[in-house]
Amino acid sequence: MGSFISNTGSQQKEMLKKAGYADFDALFEGIPREVYLKDGVQIPSGLSELEVCEKMEETAAKNTVFRHVFRGAGSYRHYIPAIVKSVTAKEDFLTAYTPYQAEISQGNLQSIFEFQTMICELTGLDVANASVYDGATAAAESVFMCKERKRTKAYVSATTPPEVLAVMKTYCYGRNTELIVIPEKDGVTDLDALVLMMDGASAACLYLQQPNYYGILEDAGTIGRLVHEKGARFIMGCNPIALAVMKTPAECGADVAVGEGQPLGLSMGFGGPYLGFMAATKEMMRKLPGRIVGETTDSEGKRGFVLTLQAREQHIRREKAGSNICSNQALCAMTASVYLSAMGSAGLFEVAKLCTSKAHYLREELKKARLKPVYDKPFFHEFVTECPVPADTLLLRLEEKGYLGGLPLSGGRILWCATEMNTKTEMDALVQLVKEVASV
Amino acid sequence: MKLIFERSVPGRRCSILPPCDVPETDLGEFGRTKELHLPEVSENDISRHYTELAKETHGVNDGQYPLGSCTMKYNPKINEYTASLPGFTGVHPLQPERTVQGCLKVLHTAEKLFGEITGMDAMTFEPAAGAHGEFTGLLLIKAYHDRRGDTKRTKIIVPDSAHGTNPASAVMAGFMVVNIPSTEDGLVDLDALRAAVGEDTAGLMLTNPNTVGLFDKNILTITQIVHEAGGLNYYDGANLNAVMGVARPGDMGFDVVHLNLHKTFSTPHGGGGPGSGPVGCKAFLKEYLPGAGVVQTPDGYCFAHHADSVGSVKAFYGNFLVVVKALTYILMLGREGIREASQNAVLNANYIRTGLADAYDMAYDETCMHEFVMSLEQEKHAIHVSAMDIAKSLLDYGIHPPTMYFPLIVHEALMVEPTETESKETLDELIHAFLEIHEKAKTDPAYVQSAPHTTAVKRLDEVQAARNPRLRYVFE
Repeated sequence: MGSFISNTGSQQKEMLKKAGYADFDALFEGIPREVYLKDGVQIPSGLSELEVCEKMEETAAKNTVFRHVFRGAGSYRHYIPAIVKSVTAKEDFLTAYTPYQAEISQGNLQSIFEFQTMICELTGLDVANASVYDGATAAAESVFMCKERKRTKAYVSATTPPEVLAVMKTYCYGRNTELIVIPEKDGVTDLDALVLMMDGASAACLYLQQPNYYGILEDAGTIGRLVHEKGARFIMGCNPIALAVMKTPAECGADVAVGEGQPLGLSMGFGGPYLGFMAATKEMMRKLPGRIVGETTDSEGKRGFVLTLQAREQHIRREKAGSNICSNQALCAMTASVYLSAMGSAGLFEVAKLCTSKAHYLREELKKARLKPVYDKPFFHEFVTECPVPADTLLLRLEEKGYLGGLPLSGGRILWCATEMNTKTEMDALVQLVKEVASV
Repeated sequence: MKLIFERSVPGRRCSILPPCDVPETDLGEFGRTKELHLPEVSENDISRHYTELAKETHGVNDGQYPLGSCTMKYNPKINEYTASLPGFTGVHPLQPERTVQGCLKVLHTAEKLFGEITGMDAMTFEPAAGAHGEFTGLLLIKAYHDRRGDTKRTKIIVPDSAHGTNPASAVMAGFMVVNIPSTEDGLVDLDALRAAVGEDTAGLMLTNPNTVGLFDKNILTITQIVHEAGGLNYYDGANLNAVMGVARPGDMGFDVVHLNLHKTFSTPHGGGGPGSGPVGCKAFLKEYLPGAGVVQTPDGYCFAHHADSVGSVKAFYGNFLVVVKALTYILMLGREGIREASQNAVLNANYIRTGLADAYDMAYDETCMHEFVMSLEQEKHAIHVSAMDIAKSLLDYGIHPPTMYFPLIVHEALMVEPTETESKETLDELIHAFLEIHEKAKTDPAYVQSAPHTTAVKRLDEVQAARNPRLRYVFE
């Protein structure tokens, strides 16, 4: 069996004796006999590191890792610079606790302060927190930043990704909050419905994903204005890479901007761990959930960093806290910071531009293979097509050739994605395969 | 230390991407007009910057970390290796089931093993941390009462010794919180509990061993009182490291549990996350679990959606790669290893407790589980040396301080949890440091009050940070 205990059997005996116990059972005498397990639990016996290593390698080998990926829908394959993993694998970062003891946590605290700065830069907003679990929980938490005594109803556009919408619904079920879905029209939020449905007296906020689930760029500026006219807050959920080339949430009038940080150097990893980021206007600073790092000075006047505005948080306010969040995704936030440092403004702009260009090229080429685009709207790196044959037939054929095609949607439609990882050669080969299946 | 932005030089950059091989497209009127300031640095700059930051970050690898309630045990390196296998990291969450059999096997195996360890019948891995698990577990309790039409059950009972997340989670799940006092010996006050339960009781949240490090001997009576009143029992798994393979929440009368894989099951804390807070439940609550479970069929593993799910609490399947780490750990320890881990966690705590009992005032002077609480109240009054002063003094020994000022029911509390992976030698060092500081506090209190003396920065001005928030770097 494996063990990570340092003390030898004889040391354990010596310690038991010194502490005044005859044996291990004596330590557990306070546990009622009805629940005390004499023989432990029924799981398999432990294994050596070598055996577990082989077992896990075998398990991992049962998965297919596609060489060619054209699927996004909330998880994106981007290039991860080598420096990223090298930094985040440092044991000090990996094994530290939350930086409550500031004197020996300046490295960790400073990295969060840098992360907050980068998120503010990307979104154009004033303040950001240290992260939450993922983009979906960030969206859900943002709703409760906006809820007020008389403004209790939350609105969300139907063009929001289903995973995000589902989590928002669950959080709203928890807090007994009404969540109203504004329908879509032609792949974007139906503005007439929005004006009609949002109640000017009780609306707390509207959540809009930009680009939306179909990859389309919504008219966020207009939506922001309409939402504010209703006296409600405007929340934007953003793709952080798109933010390099897209109008910032601040410019669109957002009060809160959140998003999924996975594209910033995190692997797809079967869905996690990812990174939820949250930013807000200065006015809403004290409504932000989770940890926030601030700059201060030590008793000798030297610059330093601490966790701050803790009066918002659960360990101080208990049932009056705005959120229960404690652990967040700190190491994932650091991953994003290293990624953004490696790319720099110019590099991030290039990634975003490559994504846009490749996706537009792919859409044009797929047209030639009889996969007609469903919407004729400006988009970032995802788009929806029709499929003249059953989508499953096409996708299975692609799978056999090592291609993870787009995500099948209802009605035989497919949601495609291209990133900087997809080369022209690869896209041309994909289109060739599609032609072979779709022209039958 | 310079900020990464202060290392920036206009035009400096890393070479990462190839040129574009297709016609270029831009977003026109949707395009960004606001300037974007990100660091302009070389790879060498980045490497040196983060190495400098790492030196000013205290991890478990840097020294012992007796941080109560946080279970800062050694994080095995094999965990990092298995979680970084490309067969796991390169998998898209929305791939067809037949192409993710390995991932499904991980979830399926983990559910079986953690189910047996906790005495629960089903489990979800969606929750990303302990507090997230609490929220999820409470939603199961809410759904249970809702579906029975028992809508008057709006209250969750929480002992005053509980973690702050408990009441905060209860509110997020739409409940009102009823705080009940603890007895003088740190246990649940049975009379107070009996008085608190009723037709409006949705459930009780409890940590056992509790936050003062004691196993509540009345646990079966406690859970029975709640059940008889029609409520359910929620087990906060924060302290499971004391009783793995020794006792199971499922046998104590609990209906729902959450685990902290980043505590008990050795996946690292990462400086504050990512964690993982899976939730287990008894069979009668299974269909309320979030999302889908994994079932094994003759054709392989597949997802099975829960019929009456409370909904998803996170996109996809939780912090999957963290689950890979925890599974790796459990496969290595196995049946004997998890029990041995808990036994040694408890031994190490009692070894320190008895080693300090002559000098320090133990809040509860009896056998503890994996952690214990001391009170510095006497010292605070007599010589004006506080729990904080003692804690900060430990920094000068290269030791991470214990948890301070928690639980709230003990004044000037220091909560010590050594974990099973510390050796006798390091525990002796800790005892020595504590005793030496205690002596120093008597002979030279000013020195202790102004600790730490050897760290990169001295005590930081938290009041200034909160009054005049500077939460980002401002570019000139």
